[in-house]
Amino acid sequence: MRLAIFVGVLAELAGVGLTATATWLIMRAAEHPPMQALTVAIVAVRTLALAKGALRYLERLTSHKAVLSEAVELRGRVYDDLAHRRHIPSGTALTRIVTNVDQHLDTKLRATLPWIIAALVSAVIAVVSGFSLPLIGGLLINLALLPWLALRKPEDLTPLRAKLTEQTTELVHSKEELIAYGLFDEKLSAATATATALSRKERTRDLTPFAIAVQFGAALLMLAQNEPAWLIMAAIATFEITIPLTALTKPIPEPTTESEPARVTETPDLQGRTAIVGPSGSGKTTLLNTIAHQLEPSRGALAGAHVFHTTVRTNVLLAKPDATQEELDRAAEIAELDLDWDQIVGERGEEISGGQRQRLILTRSVLANPEVLLMDEPTEGLDPEQADRVLAKVLDNCQGTALVVTHREEQLALFDHVHHRGPIRHEHVGRVG
Amino acid sequence: MVDRRHLLALIPIPFLVLAQAELLASVLSGGSGFLLLCLVIVLRVLVWWVHRAMAHRAAERTRARLREAFLRSPGIKAGEVATLVTRGVHDVTPYIVGYLPQQILAVVVPLAVVTRLAFADLAAALTILLTLPLIPIFGALVGAHTRERTARQWAALATLGGHFLDVVKGIGTLRAFGRAEAQSTTVRQLAAQHMTETMSALRVAFLSAFVLELVATMSVALVAVPVGLRLLDGGVPLYTALLVLFLAPEAFLPLRAAGAQYHASAQGREVLANLPTATDHSGVTPPDLAGAEIVFDNVSVRSLKNFSLRIKPGERVALVGPSGAGKSTILGLLLGFVQPDDGRVLIGGVDLREIDRKAWLEALSWVPQRPTLVPADLSSGEQQRVALAKALDRQQAGLFLLDEPTAHLDAETESLVLQATREYTRGRTAVIVAHRPTLLNEVDRVVTV
Repeated sequence: MRLAIFVGVLAELAGVGLTATATWLIMRAAEHPPMQALTVAIVAVRTLALAKGALRYLERLTSHKAVLSEAVELRGRVYDDLAHRRHIPSGTALTRIVTNVDQHLDTKLRATLPWIIAALVSAVIAVVSGFSLPLIGGLLINLALLPWLALRKPEDLTPLRAKLTEQTTELVHSKEELIAYGLFDEKLSAATATATALSRKERTRDLTPFAIAVQFGAALLMLAQNEPAWLIMAAIATFEITIPLTALTKPIPEPTTESEPARVTETPDLQGRTAIVGPSGSGKTTLLNTIAHQLEPSRGALAGAHVFHTTVRTNVLLAKPDATQEELDRAAEIAELDLDWDQIVGERGEEISGGQRQRLILTRSVLANPEVLLMDEPTEGLDPEQADRVLAKVLDNCQGTALVVTHREEQLALFDHVHHRGPIRHEHVGRVG
Repeated sequence: MVDRRHLLALIPIPFLVLAQAELLASVLSGGSGFLLLCLVIVLRVLVWWVHRAMAHRAAERTRARLREAFLRSPGIKAGEVATLVTRGVHDVTPYIVGYLPQQILAVVVPLAVVTRLAFADLAAALTILLTLPLIPIFGALVGAHTRERTARQWAALATLGGHFLDVVKGIGTLRAFGRAEAQSTTVRQLAAQHMTETMSALRVAFLSAFVLELVATMSVALVAVPVGLRLLDGGVPLYTALLVLFLAPEAFLPLRAAGAQYHASAQGREVLANLPTATDHSGVTPPDLAGAEIVFDNVSVRSLKNFSLRIKPGERVALVGPSGAGKSTILGLLLGFVQPDDGRVLIGGVDLREIDRKAWLEALSWVPQRPTLVPADLSSGEQQRVALAKALDRQQAGLFLLDEPTAHLDAETESLVLQATREYTRGRTAVIVAHRPTLLNEVDRVVTV
């Protein structure tokens, strides 16, 4: 970071120096001195002109490099923190954590660094000017007052964005249903109203015109004080660096805290193969999550499986990194996985079908062969015949304990125990109606 | 789509730039015009203030319009669309407030400057006239030379950049397999690789900015030094020399600003490029379903190949077949949400594509495989039942489309649901996608897809 600041200050000073020297050259030439009096200035103008471009190029590279190195460290730290948390945050919170990291780095590159460079250049020019009051006053306004005014109390748009996200998700997920039931236009206009409100509130305080007023106001005062022309031009050039700072915005980090997930108090004994059945809404998934949470990660569990954007092989190998090709093929055969090992699974597993995704997850858990195997409707998306066949093979292969949430009565014969979850509470039914 | 009214406020800018340089040169060379200079500067600030206020309002209107357009044709990936309408659309702001005005100024200001300089000092005007085109020429040369390499690098970068989000979202799975700690090194390694790749892409990408900067500063040197020497010889007056010195950088300033804004507005331009086009779904009144035969005539789309089927009015048909065979696609075709690549869907002899979508949808009732138009805090089985109840309650419907209506249900609820389905759909046409054998007893005909 220090190198980036140093090179940046040099680049900007070269620019200001170029303007000042060129003005000095003209003013001096008007006094018709001998040619030698101008030689140094001529060389300086040419050198600074060349240096400015090269230094700017270097500054861009060093500043990006500095921020990207920080990204390596920051991403590593954020990941380690998540890996050691007691509760894994929800998908939304995880996306927000990543967004916040990116925004932090972006702010550093586009706001913090330019501000430091502008402040240092201003300090140098203030000293060179012999502490000209209009110059110092103007620079203080453009460096401190205006950026502070621009960034002060930004409105928190998170609630509005959350509302729009919710409305958009409904429009997308239920688009066909909404159209089919003639509700689309109504929902669309509600979402559009939120979008218009968001668009209005996104308007930031742009103080650029004030910064320009300060720039030339200070220059006029210096002109009135009969400051030399080169200094006035240097001042104008320095103010030019500060102008973008007054239009800066600083994004508010999105909230990532959440309440603790629901837990159930009674859990079945972990032995043999247990099917968890019960009417819809009786908390079967919550039960599975509770057990998964109680288990040591090393004992292995499977709930809410994520398919990574990489090859089928890498996704499956997660379960057992040193597995041989024979072990892989055997697991794939049990789960009837018919994908090429080197096929890339698209982002969020979108390039394979739902059934293939499910069988990939099953292959992974077969290969993992954990002490406790937890599965939530593992054969959802498979046709009934294949569903029962695959589940039988997976359970046959399982040497430890297995807990499986299932809806299919045909599958109950595959289990040693059946754990019934209670019926839906009446008040719950009432609310549905 | 893009509001451009704020660009009108830029008209006085070239004149004010010229006036300011003239007056500043006059005052510094010992002449008059200080008060006039103050006035010009006040005017310049005012014009800029009006322009900025208009620009922000234009950006606000554009954002609202874009959001509506994206919401109207939302595509299929909810996450992407939500990100686009909440944050992505905001990226057009730098395009409208920053890039568009600079694009205009980058043409008119150099023109004004060169014209004025031609009268003051022809040599300086010619120098600028010759160096200005170097910027686009060198820019294009650098671009052409590096295009392929850059494209390849950005593609690799997108993959590496997405990796962190992917790993973070899968952290639950990684922990379940005890792989979370092991991935810690990989996260750092890939971030480091991301850095290396980005830097090598940037070294090339910043070259065009480097050329721009260099030409701009060099031309100032190329103008200032000769005019200084001519001033020394008494060839030009101080006023002209100062005017040349002040105007020369003004010719390059908007071009440099446009270059900087071009990068800042890249995402905004991408948003505009991906704008969806609205489609028209109006058409003729649908035939009465009580007497209209439904015909699939050699339809091919997705996994369906040359599919033909004739459904008589009031007939109840079950669709069976392995997953992925195209059962839900058939329902999609009947709803008009899926268009056949080949072949036709005829309703009483009329092609479904000619029929008014709104009127057609009002005449049918549909339960999707995963209903979503019900409170999200219910389990999938409950959602299914609520959706089915709503669908069966559509009295005016002449055609029922049910996609696995008893999936997610336990046996007891299933039989209740089947009974209700039988009663409500009596005498009306129904197409039911079925996995469970119990459903097959409820229909007149079973079609294997």
